[in-house]
Amino acid sequence: MFEFRMPSLGPDMEAGTLVEWLVKPGDWVKRGDIVAVVETQKGAIEIEIYQSGQIEQILIDLDSKVPVGTPLARIRTELEAKPGAAAAAPPPITPAAPPPVPSLVRAPVRPPPPPIAAAPGAAGRVRASPAARRLAEAHGIDLSTVTGSGPAGAITYADVERHLGEAVAPPERKRALWLDLDAMRTAIAAAMARSKREIPHYYLEHQVDVTACEQWLTQKNATRPPDSRLLIGALAIKAAGLGARRFPAFNGFFRDNKFEPAQAVHVGVAIAIRGGGLAAPALHDADQLSLDELMSRMRDLVQRTRSGRIRSSEISDPTITVSSLGERGVEALYGIIYPPQVAIVGIGKVVTRPWVVDGAIGPRSIVTLTLSADHRVSDGHAGALFLAEIGRLLQEPGKL
Amino acid sequence: MSDIDIRTAVQEELNNIAPEIDLATVDPAADLREALDIDSMDFLNFITAIHHRLSVDVPELDYPKLITLDGAVKYLEAKLKSSTR
Repeated sequence: MFEFRMPSLGPDMEAGTLVEWLVKPGDWVKRGDIVAVVETQKGAIEIEIYQSGQIEQILIDLDSKVPVGTPLARIRTELEAKPGAAAAAPPPITPAAPPPVPSLVRAPVRPPPPPIAAAPGAAGRVRASPAARRLAEAHGIDLSTVTGSGPAGAITYADVERHLGEAVAPPERKRALWLDLDAMRTAIAAAMARSKREIPHYYLEHQVDVTACEQWLTQKNATRPPDSRLLIGALAIKAAGLGARRFPAFNGFFRDNKFEPAQAVHVGVAIAIRGGGLAAPALHDADQLSLDELMSRMRDLVQRTRSGRIRSSEISDPTITVSSLGERGVEALYGIIYPPQVAIVGIGKVVTRPWVVDGAIGPRSIVTLTLSADHRVSDGHAGALFLAEIGRLLQEPGKL
Repeated sequence: MSDIDIRTAVQEELNNIAPEIDLATVDPAADLREALDIDSMDFLNFITAIHHRLSVDVPELDYPKLITLDGAVKYLEAKLKSSTR
């Protein structure tokens, strides 16, 4: 038996509001499944579970705001849930029925909990999660026409999505109605103020010729349909990920007065949100992904972030951040490290500049890379090697 | 497909990316990246959506021709005409 608790989604989060359960008692979950949606300052975050098992009991009602660490549900581990282990596990509430599919490990089947009577106060008010309500409202759907699959028949976001079916564009492409940009700004302010207070930053910059990247991309993309085209940002993230793998002093967390290098490289991708928001969710294992895989995950990540559907692991996992200005804007940015990380790499706009190649001056595509890093962990010397390595990797895009 | 249908398709797809912007107020000759504050990922999503909706595969080399509302409509109109001929 273990408890699934309100996760901490960043150093400044104290509490979260549970707005949607995607599981009910008796459901099987496996590591990585999205089981709930929690509303925080960062928006609605999809919460993943870190252990596999069977939901025993939901402990927190919808719309409850609870502190980080509060048990949200009780879950039986696979071992406990096995019929044979029933004796060792806390006694089941009802006698075990034979597992319907013998080849699978199944738990004793329990009758569903008695339906909770609908709240009598609001006459005929339909039970639905706030996310579902907002989605329905945005599409002018009458909630009483939607079939609920949540606890006590409550309508979930997924139910409304199903109801919408193919009739409308996928919700990811609609305006993120539930992103609270004011709250997001408060969260950014808290994190950045803490960073400036606690982290002794140092800054480096490096100009890199990315003509080879551009030529390689032009050639690759010429034969590809739009949905599989690559952007230079994907190359930069891969290069930064590989660099972070080789220079572990820039990849990890500074916590409790010491640096913990991370085993994996999860690159936080800074994503601007329309109307003035910013998030940097993790692109997991960015150093291991092929460019195609990285690009498609980046597209998915950007789309979900902009529509307020980030997952909990994406919020808590980034081990280093990359912030890219894209094709507009200016040539360089000096990032502020997102604690407890220890480095942020900035990628400026690509510009055409006169450049010396093999003794002759010619027009080349130049990008300014910057590094802001934590002096408690590394020095400018190591930082320079790290940043130069990213630049070097960008000289051979075919090998990324 | 008429000029008006193409314009509607372009506007709808742009609105999916920049929902808060009233495209009627956008200068049809303005650079969409500036007028709508869209980045290269947004623009790629726009080109992808156009590909799915109108079956016009815009090569990267032609991106500059679609940088304004009028330019995009004109370009797609020509492409659709040449493909049905």
